[in-house]
Amino acid sequence: MTSVATAVPATARRTGDARNAAVVTGMSAVTAIGVGLEEYWRNLLAGACGIRPITRFDTTGYPLRVAGEIPDFDSARVPSRLVVQTDRWTHFGLLAGELALAHAGVDPAELPEYELSVHTASGSGGNEFGQRELQALWAEGPSRVGVYQSIAWFYAATTGQLSIRHGMKGWSGVLVAEQAGGLDVVAQARRSLAQGSAVVLTGATEAALNPAAFTSQIAGGMLSPVGEYLPFDEAAGGYLPGEGGAMFVVEPAERAVARAARPYGVVAGHAATFDPAPGRGRPPGLRRAVETALADAGVAPSDVDVVFADAHGHPSADAAEARVLTEVFGPRGVPVTTTKAATGRLVAGSAALDVVTALLAMRDGVIPPMVNVRRPAFEIDLVLGRPRPAALRTALVLARGYPGFNAALVLRAAAQN
Amino acid sequence: MTRLQVAVTGLGVVAPGGVGVKEFWELLTAGRTATRAITRFDASGYRSRIAAECDFDPAQHHLSPQQVRRMDRCAQFAVVAANEALADSGVLGESPPERVGVSIGSAVGATISLEREYVVLSDGGARWEVDPRYAIPHLYHHLVPSSVAAEVAWLAGAEGPVALVSTGCTAGLDAVGHGARLVADGEVDVMVAGASEAPISPITVACFDAIKATSPNNDDPEHASRPFDALRNGFVLGEGAAVLVLESMTHARRRGARIYATVDGYANRCNAYHMTGLRPDGVEMAEAIRLAMAEAGMPAEEVDYVNAHGSGTKQNDRHETAAFKRSLGEHAYRTPVSSIKSMVGHSLGAIGSLEVAASVLAIHHDVVPPTANLHNPDPECDLDYVPLVARERRVDAVLSVGSGFGGFQTAMVLRGPAGSGR
Repeated sequence: MTSVATAVPATARRTGDARNAAVVTGMSAVTAIGVGLEEYWRNLLAGACGIRPITRFDTTGYPLRVAGEIPDFDSARVPSRLVVQTDRWTHFGLLAGELALAHAGVDPAELPEYELSVHTASGSGGNEFGQRELQALWAEGPSRVGVYQSIAWFYAATTGQLSIRHGMKGWSGVLVAEQAGGLDVVAQARRSLAQGSAVVLTGATEAALNPAAFTSQIAGGMLSPVGEYLPFDEAAGGYLPGEGGAMFVVEPAERAVARAARPYGVVAGHAATFDPAPGRGRPPGLRRAVETALADAGVAPSDVDVVFADAHGHPSADAAEARVLTEVFGPRGVPVTTTKAATGRLVAGSAALDVVTALLAMRDGVIPPMVNVRRPAFEIDLVLGRPRPAALRTALVLARGYPGFNAALVLRAAAQN
Repeated sequence: MTRLQVAVTGLGVVAPGGVGVKEFWELLTAGRTATRAITRFDASGYRSRIAAECDFDPAQHHLSPQQVRRMDRCAQFAVVAANEALADSGVLGESPPERVGVSIGSAVGATISLEREYVVLSDGGARWEVDPRYAIPHLYHHLVPSSVAAEVAWLAGAEGPVALVSTGCTAGLDAVGHGARLVADGEVDVMVAGASEAPISPITVACFDAIKATSPNNDDPEHASRPFDALRNGFVLGEGAAVLVLESMTHARRRGARIYATVDGYANRCNAYHMTGLRPDGVEMAEAIRLAMAEAGMPAEEVDYVNAHGSGTKQNDRHETAAFKRSLGEHAYRTPVSSIKSMVGHSLGAIGSLEVAASVLAIHHDVVPPTANLHNPDPECDLDYVPLVARERRVDAVLSVGSGFGGFQTAMVLRGPAGSGR
C-alpha cells in the first residue's frame, strides 16, 4: 500500500492557480448562417436565420422539409483525399479544426507531438456516408461496400482524422452524450492540460440531414411538426435540426501569455449529471449541473452575466429549463439566449458552438438575440429582437442530451494583462 | 501526474461461449475458442463468414419485452453485464445517486438496429429518399449511441457523469480509463465502467471484407483467430460486453467491499499516422505503456502478465511486439504475453473491457490465459505468447494494451489488491 487515493473535491484542485487555467485561444464556426468565425458572428448578431428548405435530397413526402442545412458547403476547403474518405460531419470537423488552429496562431508542427490532443464529441457519426454504403450493400451486394466505410462511419473518425492531419499524438478521445457531449469534451480538454498537454483541439460537429438520419430525428417525435423552432415561446412545439458545429483551441493560460496569444476566456467550471430513470420520483439533473459547475468555477449565480440555454423547444422541456433558471437566478434574473433557433439544433455541435458564441459575446460586449421568438412563455429574460450590449465577465452554457444527459460549462473572461 | 488507484469491486461479462464471468473464465482458461460460422444472418456471399457470436437470449436475463424492443443488442449486452457487475460488487444503494457515474465504450453503437431499420425504410436499398412512414418510434434511440450508456445509468440508478466513450477499438480500455480518472479526480465515488459491442451485421462484416482485415478461414472457424501465429490472416469479428464496478479506495474500504484489483495506470496516445495502418516500430504504443507504468509507479520488471491487443493481423502483431520490447526492455522476453482474441474474437469497442476483465481475473486466480491456435510462431514475434495452454503463476501486476482504427494506442496497468495480505 503506497498511497490512498484522496477524495479532494475537483473544485479545490482546479481553481487555485490562474497560470494553469485553461484558456481558449482560437475558435471557428461552421453553421447554416456562416462558415467561418466572423461571418457566423456577424450574421448571428444581424438576426439571420439558417432554417430553410432542405436541398440535399428530395423531401417530397416527408412530414417536415426544413432544417439548418449549410448551403453550398465548399468541400474543396477540405483536402480532396480526405473528402472521399470521410463523411460530411468529418468535413465540417476538419475545416473547423484547421480554422481554429489558424485563429489561435498555433502551428502543431512546431510543438512536441505528444503534447497535442484532440477531443471531439460525436452525436450520431458518419450518417450520409453510412447510408450510401448501406444502399450499395443492400441494392447491389456486399462486394460493393467501399474501403472507407470502416473509417468514415464510426464515431471516432473526426478525432482520428484531426490527429493524423495535424500530427497530434497526445491523449485524445471521443465522448458521446448527445448534445451534452459538446460540453463534456471541454472538461476532457481541461483534464488533458492537467495531464501535460500544451494544446488541445476540441469541439464537435454534426451532419444528420441525409434521408435516414433525418427520418430518425423525425421518428424521435421531438421535432416541430410545423417547421418552426420557437424555444421558450408560447407557440413552441419542438425543435428543428441543423448541421455544423465548432472547434476551438484550449491551452494553459501561462502558455498563452508566454506566446502573447489572445485568451478569449477561461474554462472555469464544468459539471455533468444524468436524469433519474423515469418513474423514480427524483428531480431531473439540470439544476444540479448548473450549481455544481458554478461551484467548480468558484462563482455565485449573481456573477453570471449571460446564459446560453439548452432551449430545447418542446414546451415541457422549456418549462423545466425555465424553472431551473428562475430557481437559480431569480425571475428574469439573468439574460438568456440561444443560437439554436438560428442554426437549428446541431446536437453536440450546438454545445461547442455555444462555447464559441459565449466567448465572442464576451469579446465584443454584446449578447446575440434569439431569432423568431415573439411571445415568451416564461419569467426569464430572453434576449429578443436585437443584440443587447452588456459587459460580460461570466457566461453559463447549458446542454441537455437525449436521453437524460445534462452538462453545464462556466466561462470567464480572461484576466487582462 | 495525478495518482491513479481505483478499486475494481465487481465484474460482469457477456461473451462468446457463455454469458457470465464464470463461463467466460472457464472458456479462457480451457483455451477453447468460440469462433464459428456466422449464424446471425446469411453470410454467404461475404469474404469472411465467421465470427465469435454470443448465445444470448435477453428474456433469460430479465430484460422486459419493452426493454428488448427499445434496446439494440449492444445495449442489451451492456445492461446484462452491468447487472452482473453491480450484483457482484454489492454497491447498489451504498452511494448517493449523484456520486455514481457511468462510462461505457462502444465503437459502432446500435449498428444492427440502424441497419435493420434502414433496410425497411429504404425498401431493401431500393431508394435513397427513405419512407418516414415506416420509421419505428425508437429509431432515434438507435441513431444516438448515447442511449447505450443511458440504459446502463438507468439500471444502476446513476445520476452523476454519464458518457459513451467511442474511440473505436480502444474504447473498451478508454472507457475504463475514463471511469477510473473520474473516480480518482473525486468527481464520483463509484463508476460503472465497461464496454459493449454487437457488430455482427452485414454492413460491418462487409466493411471489413472491403479492406481484407478479417480472416477468410471459413472452412475452419474454430482455428481462424491466430494471433502471433505465422499462419494468421486477419482478425475474427466478435461481440459481447464487460462491465466493471470501479470505486475509490476510501469508498470500497468503508463499505468493506471485496477488491479484485486496482486500476493504477492509464494512458492513451495517437500515432497520427494512418486511420488503419501501423508503423512496425510501435513507438506510440510504447509511449502509452511507459506513461501508464509511470503513473502506476511500476518498473517494467514487476509486470507479471501482458494482456496483448493481439488481433491476429500481421501488422498488429509485429507492431505491438516491437512496442513491448521498446517499453519493457529485456523484461519483454521474460513476461508472458497472450491474446484472448484467439478465443473470443475481436469485438471492436468491447474487447478492451473484456480484456480488462480477463486481466482482473488473471490477478484474482493467479492464472494467465493462453493464446489459442498458436502452433507456428511467427519468427518476427519472438516473445512468450503462452501458446495453447493456460499457465498458473503468481499474477500481481498486469499490463493490458489496445490499438485501434484512428491511430489510438492505449495502455492500462492493473495490480492485485494492495494490503490484502496476498
